[in-house]
Amino acid sequence: MRSLIGILDLSVEEIDELIAVADDIIANPAKYREACKYKTLATLFFEPSTRTRLSFESAMLSLGGNVLGFSDSNSSSAKKGESVADTVSVVSGYADIIAMRHPKEGAPLVASMHSLIPIINAGDGGHFHPSQTLTDLLTIRHEKGKFEGLTVGFCGDLKFGRTVHSLIEAMSRYPDVKFVLISPDELKLPDFVRKNFIEDKGLEYQQVSSLDEVMPQLDILYMTRVQGERFFNEEEYLRLRDTYILTPEKMKNAKDDMIVMHPLPRVNEIDTRLDEDPRACYFRQAHYGKFIRMALILKLLEIQV
Amino acid sequence: MRIDSIKNGIVIDHIPAGKAMQLYNMLGLDALECPVAVLKNVYSSKLGKKDIIKIDSTMEFDMDLISFVCPKATVCIIRDEKVVEKKQISLPQTLTDILTCKNPRCITTTEQGIHQIFRLTSPEIGEYRCIYCDTQAK
Repeated sequence: MRSLIGILDLSVEEIDELIAVADDIIANPAKYREACKYKTLATLFFEPSTRTRLSFESAMLSLGGNVLGFSDSNSSSAKKGESVADTVSVVSGYADIIAMRHPKEGAPLVASMHSLIPIINAGDGGHFHPSQTLTDLLTIRHEKGKFEGLTVGFCGDLKFGRTVHSLIEAMSRYPDVKFVLISPDELKLPDFVRKNFIEDKGLEYQQVSSLDEVMPQLDILYMTRVQGERFFNEEEYLRLRDTYILTPEKMKNAKDDMIVMHPLPRVNEIDTRLDEDPRACYFRQAHYGKFIRMALILKLLEIQV
Repeated sequence: MRIDSIKNGIVIDHIPAGKAMQLYNMLGLDALECPVAVLKNVYSSKLGKKDIIKIDSTMEFDMDLISFVCPKATVCIIRDEKVVEKKQISLPQTLTDILTCKNPRCITTTEQGIHQIFRLTSPEIGEYRCIYCDTQAK
């Protein structure tokens, strides 16, 4: 029995397999309609989420399975002080697989130590969010056709943005990838991520504070939201929130085939006028999330179609 | 100063000068009934000065803890007054319940009955990170 806690739990080959299954699901959805018949996914969401929870539920329903769970810790026994270990020990008897989101970092790992069924980390605080990374990888493969040799710009909150750290970890395993890190000083990529996954692997990178100057060289621009919940100081949050706002005017300097990604939700960092631009692929990205999660559920349940 | 040789026990040698009492306390040696000798600031051709701890007991000691506090120490196992094994220790791959995670967002701050586990992430600089949240040990 396997769980997925961080993206590095999966080898490059396994990620390729998942992408291949997701591609097959996109091409032949009917083939998978009953793949998880009589199987149940428990979505244990100890903090609110819209996209991730609905995406997991939609994925399981599209596989012919069932879904149960809660979407807020106030409607679970966690409010009464129940431990993660106890919750999971109980739910293990009610479902076949668990997708868990928890505000505490490491909670899904603790869950996997006590669970009788596979655990998927659907986000643990500012730590990991591997199914988002799989979503990002499927998007890149579909939109760009490859991973190798791409120049990927990450813009905004590179300090607390867990999706950024995980995608850098995942992309650093492919050759000739170049990273462009665009952020204000206060939200720079943590040193250990830069050192372990970029410098130690001999990958090229640039660290800048201006988006405009690097825009022409990017194949992918990964925008992030400056997350208010990570700040203790409201004033600082408001100042940093508006540092980078992507507009159609700024996109004039971008390559014709550059894609703009965003894990969503966005606040104001991408002007809504950009939604019409075919290079804006964040809504397509959200849709890819369902297919890769379907592939992931099949893999962890060891179901072959 | 006379210190009897050990019959059955261990000698922790090449402890950096001044670290013996920290190790003594962390190993809980004050609770032992057997003879324990702590030698401080002993001349060493390698280190200049070093500390040594001799424990006349066959009980098991937490080698991970010894390695973590004094990664360059040497541990000699004594049986019938003879050195039967000399261990050159190195930093342990994991530390269990020796350090505490300082990240307020880590699950270890709220979950009861959980072991505090850190793994060695950079042997060159002796860096350990919490296995739950990846926060670097202070």
